[in-house]
Amino acid sequence: MTGPARDNRSISPIFWLLFGAGGMLSALFGPGLILITGFFAPLGVGLPENFLSYDHALAFAQNPVGKLAVLVVVALFFWHGAERLFLTLKDMKAGPSLLLKLCTYGVAAVVTAAVIALLLAIGF
Amino acid sequence: MPDPAKKTIELRILRYQPGVDAAPSFGTFEVAGAENMSVLEALQTIKDTLDGSLSFRWSCRMAVCGSCGMMINGEPKLACSTFLRDLPPGPVTVEPLNNFPIERDLVISVGGFVKKIESIYPYIMPKEPKTVEQGPYRQTPAQLAAYESFSDCINCMLCYAACPQFGENPDFIGPGAMALLQRYNGDSRDAGRQKRLDTIHGENGVWSCTAVGICSEVCPKSVDPANAVNQNKTNSAFDFFLRFLRKE
Ligand code: SF4
Ligand code: FES
Repeated sequence: MTGPARDNRSISPIFWLLFGAGGMLSALFGPGLILITGFFAPLGVGLPENFLSYDHALAFAQNPVGKLAVLVVVALFFWHGAERLFLTLKDMKAGPSLLLKLCTYGVAAVVTAAVIALLLAIGF
Repeated sequence: MPDPAKKTIELRILRYQPGVDAAPSFGTFEVAGAENMSVLEALQTIKDTLDGSLSFRWSCRMAVCGSCGMMINGEPKLACSTFLRDLPPGPVTVEPLNNFPIERDLVISVGGFVKKIESIYPYIMPKEPKTVEQGPYRQTPAQLAAYESFSDCINCMLCYAACPQFGENPDFIGPGAMALLQRYNGDSRDAGRQKRLDTIHGENGVWSCTAVGICSEVCPKSVDPANAVNQNKTNSAFDFFLRFLRKE
């Protein structure tokens, strides 16, 4: 038997792996981050003093490991959200695929680039 | 008390003969004594007593052959295992499976699906063929369990009728064929994994799926084709990057 007529390899795996990595990360750290930055810090409870003060946060973001953590968390969360929204919009037939990709993956790409630029701009 | 066996149930059945009828339209039939009938029995009663031209597929009458899939009250179901008494009161609507061309009445054309099944090498490709004298290929219970549930697929295509992505793109390989692919790729006696994987890397392969998951909900055999699709998204994604390291 001859093989089937195959279509070209899709580049979806790239977005799908970013989606998967972001999903894993957001499941592990998302709730904790929301709790700390959204509730504990503004209410001033449960955290060491000055934990989220400007100086602390800046020092964290200037440390190379801190930079990496910020980049990974922000970018992968966005790529995860982008893929979810893209698939939902595609299911809803909200528009041509290319447009939907621009509005979802495009945003994630812009955010990723912006985070890298900002992390470099604040120096080490 | 009225005798329940005498209860009359109304069936609204989509009728269509391409080339003869301008468009599909509903025909209504009253079936007496239908209370304890399956939808298939009701259709057979109609064919035997009311309209011999009604066309539908069936064979086993016991949810094994997979030929009697149809839309019953808008949901993909096996007619032989759907009982009229379990449906809400009122007329029962019966239509051919969604997303497939109608051949006649409730009979849909399965050619595209069969091509998909053929395309994924639906047979064991052993590493080294054995002669009969060398005995059978052995397998442990754990090795059997790795693929057994996927081998329960009866090719009924209910999952295809439910899948919105197949509805959008008839070239999408779809859930049932992916379950079959996983049935062979998960088999310890098989060595054709890469060959099969290479058939699904495209948009018409595993990547049309948007993880809706309704395929597994409607499957009458609990095959969980969505799981097969998901596992192969992972496999195809890794292959996307690891293909460069692979020795051919
Ligand atoms: S996976 Fe389930 S629903 Fe789909 S063809 Fe097989 S038995 Fe039918
Ligand atoms: S007649 Fe065989 S599955 Fe229904």
